[in-house]
Amino acid sequence: MLSKKQAQVFFLGGTAVTFLIFIMLTIYSLSSAQDQSNQENLTAEAIRGKEIWEKNNCMGCHTIMGEGAYYAPELTNVLERRGDAYVKAVLMSKIPWQPQGRKMVAYGMTEAEANDVVAFFEWVTEINLNGFEKVNRTISPLAKDRMID
Amino acid sequence: MKYKSQKVAYWFFALSMLLLVLQLTYGFIMGFARLGYDGLHEWIPFNTAHTVHLNLLVVWLLSGFMGAAYYIIPEESETELWSVKLAYLQLITLAIVGVTAVVGFHFNYWEGRKFLEIPRILDWPVALNVILFLVILLMTIIKGKKTSTTSLVLFGGLVAAALLYLPGMITFDSQVLDSFFRWWVVHLWVEGVWELIMGGIMAFLLIKLTGVDREVIEKWLYVVVGLTFLSGILGTGHHYYYIGVNNIWLIVGGIFSALEPLAFLAMALWAVNMYRKGEKKHPNKTAILWTLGSAIVAFLGAGVLGLAHTLPQTNIYTHGTLVTAMHGHLAFWGAYAMIVLAMITYVLPNVTGRKLFDTSRARSAFWLSNIGMFTMISGFGAAGIAQVYMERKLGIEFMEVQNEIKVHFWVLITGATILSTGITLFIIDFIKYGTPSDEALEIQE
Ligand code: HEC
Ligand code: HEM
Ligand code: HEM
Ligand SMILES: [Fe+2]
Repeated sequence: MLSKKQAQVFFLGGTAVTFLIFIMLTIYSLSSAQDQSNQENLTAEAIRGKEIWEKNNCMGCHTIMGEGAYYAPELTNVLERRGDAYVKAVLMSKIPWQPQGRKMVAYGMTEAEANDVVAFFEWVTEINLNGFEKVNRTISPLAKDRMID
Repeated sequence: MKYKSQKVAYWFFALSMLLLVLQLTYGFIMGFARLGYDGLHEWIPFNTAHTVHLNLLVVWLLSGFMGAAYYIIPEESETELWSVKLAYLQLITLAIVGVTAVVGFHFNYWEGRKFLEIPRILDWPVALNVILFLVILLMTIIKGKKTSTTSLVLFGGLVAAALLYLPGMITFDSQVLDSFFRWWVVHLWVEGVWELIMGGIMAFLLIKLTGVDREVIEKWLYVVVGLTFLSGILGTGHHYYYIGVNNIWLIVGGIFSALEPLAFLAMALWAVNMYRKGEKKHPNKTAILWTLGSAIVAFLGAGVLGLAHTLPQTNIYTHGTLVTAMHGHLAFWGAYAMIVLAMITYVLPNVTGRKLFDTSRARSAFWLSNIGMFTMISGFGAAGIAQVYMERKLGIEFMEVQNEIKVHFWVLITGATILSTGITLFIIDFIKYGTPSDEALEIQE
């Protein structure tokens, strides 16, 4: 039968080994050769856009790249779905945006702020999401043959 | 109760209960908003309610863990707490920081990163508070007569949880790196070090309630936490599938996160077997109910419902949908809410000297809150599966789908009402126990 000492070794050993592998994999996947996060196109506008995104906690209603809350549309591909002008209209609206009956906060952003958020979305659109970006298109990858483009 | 200073635990539990009530209130605000009743939108929009709901959850659980540690560590070390005054100071500052953060959320003082919304200026008081807490425990362990495995695992879990808060404080310009390191906190907490805390509390409760030999219980504690880290650390990869990092994580995350349920299965088998082996003589049957319930529901919520969406082939469809909310609720409830409620049920009679356990109200609190939670997650689940099918497979637009699945949120509200009834009964009992008293020192547990 397993002794308490052996159980302890199993715990400490297993933890140490998997933790080391985890750190190595982290370094590997974040190394510039493996980078697929569109780091090189991260502009000052996109960074300001991310700050606006966080300052207003858009993630408390929306998801982006599948992360956030599930109350409002997933925004990874919102520019492809709606275009810049529409998105800017949403952000600059002075009354709660709610074409389908669910209220967004009325941010009444300036044109410049809205442009920054759009730059942020543009940057996100270019990230390689291992296929998730396709699932969120209006047509699912299971229906590839029905895709027109 | 063996040591006077263990009474400190009571006040942490009281804070915990207060915050739980608030957490549920904000849950209702979101539930009703989803049904179209969003009259509070001007003052408490959904994102505010969401942030408050999640952060109150984390703070009431942490307060519960702290109370548990202040009770367990002196008893296991066979000594009074190192400093009761500092422990109360820590309690008060925790409450102040917590309340400040929650009030601030209503005025857009937040970081806007799910689960880690506490603004940077408050991160420092939080850090100081936690360091104070850990120092009090460490000094107690050092001056104690004994150092048990249970207290070491519990303390180790708490230290690691504090350290893991740090990666969440780094700022990144890239949303990808931001979420990469956000998971070092969120995932490595709930599927790593918090399981150590849970395991430590569980071991303590099993030792006290079943009467099985400590050596046997603690041996299996090592096995459980060993399985946790073996699977859970690399299992972090299940959050890295689709956020813009290398696809090596699809394989690593897929395999190791699929092994994570084994740790929860081991936890459940451990608890049930120790109970079976035990003498079943302990009169506090309700505490046993919560303890075993926690192990079993954690297996269902984290293990089974986690497995349901953890393979990359499934997760590509369910990622960021209400399916996740279904899993999140039952996992947090079973693993962490129930273990805190178990500890409270065990501790209250010991610190107050009143034996109000094993009443029909105490049992109803257990059953109603669990039936309520299962009803809630069936609402989330039905809504989530329908959402995945319509939105991700048929390609129907998000808001159109949301309007189709609205009806399931009546089920959520019904479940939430049953859950809240159970929690209300629990809190009535809590109040009826009254405040702790030194007279409880002489009482046989
Ligand atoms: C209180 C919740 C809430 C918050 C906070 C919020 N939104 Fe929204 N947003 C919504 C809802 C709900 C909709 C959909 C409204 C409808 O169709 O009825 C929406 C729609 C949108 C749309 C259009 C999406 C589409 O596919 O039509 C964009 C773009 C958007 N929001 C961006 C943002 C940004 C950027 C922020 C942060 C600055 C933000 N939202 C904050 C709730 C919110
Ligand atoms: C007690 C332990 C657990 C708790 C408290 C918990 C809680 C949660 C929560 C709250 C989320 C949502 C996080 C967010 O979006 O910010 C989540 C996501 C997830 N959990 Fe767990 N979980 C636990 C264990 C597990 C286990 C054991 C597995 C796998 C077997 C698992 C698989 C997942 C997956 C795959 C996601 C991502 C869902 C998505 O892509 O949207 N979880 N969990
Ligand atoms: C009154 C009871 C409750 C109600 C009505 C409720 C409702 C909700 C709602 C509507 C959401 C937001 C889902 C979304 O993003 O759209 C949510 C999120 C969440 N709640 Fe609750 N909740 C309740 C109780 C609880 C309890 C007791 C717990 C923990 C034990 C909990 C843990 C969570 C978690 C972890 C999330 C985030 C889930 C995720 O993003 O995957 N809730 N809740
Ligand atoms: Fe996870």
